[in-house]
Amino acid sequence: MIVGVLATATDANLGAARMQMALSLGWHIVLACLGVGMPAITLLTEWRGHRTGDVHYRLLARRWGRAMGVLFAVGAVSGTILSFEMGLLWPGLMGTYGQVIGLPFSLEGIAFFIEAIFLGIYLYAWDRLPPVPHLLSGLPIVVAGVASAFFVVTANAWMQQPTGFDTANGKVVSVDPWAAMFNPATPPQTVHMVLAAFMVAGFGMASVYAVAMLRGRRDRYHRLGFLVPFAVAAAITPVQIAVGDWAAHFVADRQPVKLAAMEGVFETERAVPLHLGGVAIDGELRYAVPVPNGLSLLAHWDPQAEITGLNGTPPADRPPVNAVHWAFQIMVGLGFALLALAAWAALGWWRRRALPRSAWFLRAASVSGVAAVLALEAGWTVTEVGRQPWIVYGELRTADAVNPAPGLVWGFVLVSVVYVVLTVASVYVLRRLARDVPVPVAPQEADVTGYKVV
Amino acid sequence: MAADILLAVMWLGLSAYVLFGGADFGAGVWDLLAGGAERGRPGRSLIEHSIGPVWETNHVWLIFVLVLMWTGFPEVFAAVASTLYIPLTLAALGIIARGAAFAFRKVSVELWQQRLFGATFAFSSLATPFFLGTVAGALASGRVPPGIAEGDLVTSWLNPTALITGALAVGTAAYLAAVYLTRDAERTGEHDLARSFRSRALITGVAVGVLSAAGLLILHADAHPLFTELTSGRGLPLLVLSIAAGVASLVLLWWRAYLLVRVTAALAVVGLLWGWGLGQYPHLLPDRNVDQAASTNAVLTTTLGALAVGAALLLPSLWWLYATFQRQHHPNP
Repeated sequence: MIVGVLATATDANLGAARMQMALSLGWHIVLACLGVGMPAITLLTEWRGHRTGDVHYRLLARRWGRAMGVLFAVGAVSGTILSFEMGLLWPGLMGTYGQVIGLPFSLEGIAFFIEAIFLGIYLYAWDRLPPVPHLLSGLPIVVAGVASAFFVVTANAWMQQPTGFDTANGKVVSVDPWAAMFNPATPPQTVHMVLAAFMVAGFGMASVYAVAMLRGRRDRYHRLGFLVPFAVAAAITPVQIAVGDWAAHFVADRQPVKLAAMEGVFETERAVPLHLGGVAIDGELRYAVPVPNGLSLLAHWDPQAEITGLNGTPPADRPPVNAVHWAFQIMVGLGFALLALAAWAALGWWRRRALPRSAWFLRAASVSGVAAVLALEAGWTVTEVGRQPWIVYGELRTADAVNPAPGLVWGFVLVSVVYVVLTVASVYVLRRLARDVPVPVAPQEADVTGYKVV
Repeated sequence: MAADILLAVMWLGLSAYVLFGGADFGAGVWDLLAGGAERGRPGRSLIEHSIGPVWETNHVWLIFVLVLMWTGFPEVFAAVASTLYIPLTLAALGIIARGAAFAFRKVSVELWQQRLFGATFAFSSLATPFFLGTVAGALASGRVPPGIAEGDLVTSWLNPTALITGALAVGTAAYLAAVYLTRDAERTGEHDLARSFRSRALITGVAVGVLSAAGLLILHADAHPLFTELTSGRGLPLLVLSIAAGVASLVLLWWRAYLLVRVTAALAVVGLLWGWGLGQYPHLLPDRNVDQAASTNAVLTTTLGALAVGAALLLPSLWWLYATFQRQHHPNP
């Protein structure tokens, strides 16, 4: 009976810990993407402003710099809680495998230092440094931001493809930290994530100006504010689709159970169709629209290829199918929608050297930021929920890693309340930031130099 | 050997966090005590100006310490985090509230917003070091056993040693901040502020001295092994250094040697921190020595190598950051 009581306490803890981790990671990752992408886009704009002397570029860069100061602070602290939670929620993971994934986290620590140092200099010394040194002081932020994202995702990739260590009696006895860091999942996952970060930042920033343009602000300032980030994101989107294909092939080869869940495949068969939509009920996918041979073709470049179904895996070792299947559909669907939007803009540019005139283009663009964030979250849902029930794929179950201490549920409640408040405050402050000092219709030099970055 | 070096590097990181990150929390405490919106404006503006460009960098030291802990001593990290999840969760939320509210206040223009975010910033600056201090006290008094959530979830950090270290952490933070801000105020030509931070530094300096003495008495009753090491063992020279530097700081403050007192105040704090470390060495947790808890050698040496390369990038960057913002005040803030 005691075992029974403990098991229930741990079940509640497991649910709470997973929700808390999902909430804080899902929240932080949006800020992390802005932290990676926004400095690059801001620097690009500042550089254009320096080269051309155009006040519009220069004012945009300064205003983005001010927003970046707020976003980076919120990103830094919402990232810190994650390093706490690694131990608070998952001591079973960290106590055993902390050393295996320690190297990328140590490197990430250094990268984060560089990011914070140069962001401090870049923002606070904006008016103290001459233009070129100031631009150069921003470069380490971009490099370190991309490096941070890379290092953190290698640790996640290791959880998908644990390599570089030996265990005996549940203890790690030898480690090759470089092999763990450069595990097979590292290349597709890190590239996919870094590109996603630029898409989220680019579409996110562009959609703010798309909304303003829909409201009638079609002056040069708003057009450029739309164009620069949108161009960055739109250029990356087709590359991201190709990288996504690479990542999916990787999953097909290395995590067949995850692929089966992504596609709702239960029986192991050849010439498996691609399922669009559908719901998994009682061990089969219903109401899906099949594309004949689609999955075999896409996953293995062979219309007759065999796909391993979920039925080959004991039910206790399967991830939840509907969540993974739908998250994957949402990510892919939104990815292609963003590709279509990018193509639309490219077509307009190619024909008339201008953005499409249709208000529908701006309407679509104004939700592209939300779409990119949703695709990002859905993609991580596929990666993480698709890995279940394992926290370290095939090595350690999530249920065995969770902190069994009673009361963990209340921690989750408290953290949720704080995140609701944080979300409301962040949105409010950012909206006020845009409105408190309105952008003049024709900005002058004084509007640029008079705008306080910090 | 590699484990000892990693432990020392981690302790260096902790020292940097206390000296720099701690002072940022302390500045928040002074923000809390600065007085009403009008009267407190010059003080708050100095605080904002001083910590604005550097607090995020200073904050990274904490992440650095956490990461090195799970890399070098994973079992210790798991034991600490699982048993002390309550104070650590509260500290983490305090960190979120402090950082976010500080950034929000900076860009707010209306008084009610500044008050709301300012109060959040200031209050969490008080609470966060307290909870982090209780974690140190839990470790110092040997109340975190090895294993996952094996210790008492409440009494491990709600006990005399942990409470006094919590108070000491807040006091130290406020003291360091007052010392640093005195010099910052003098440099920017705000002599009234410099005078008032000088008296605050003197008062908190004495208060921290009294708290430390009380802490020793509590250690005597509550964590005797550490008390013995501190007063008659390995920790003694560092305790003496700390006391001497603390007294010297008071004298230097009295003499208005504001730059030099930064050094002695830091030494007083570092002496206490390393005295604790040496006094407890080699026990990380009860029944767990450094060598028993350390990661495999490959992990330790690779991490140390990576950190050495990282330091070559980091140290000049850090120097540039502090040098940029400690130079003469520019006229147009």
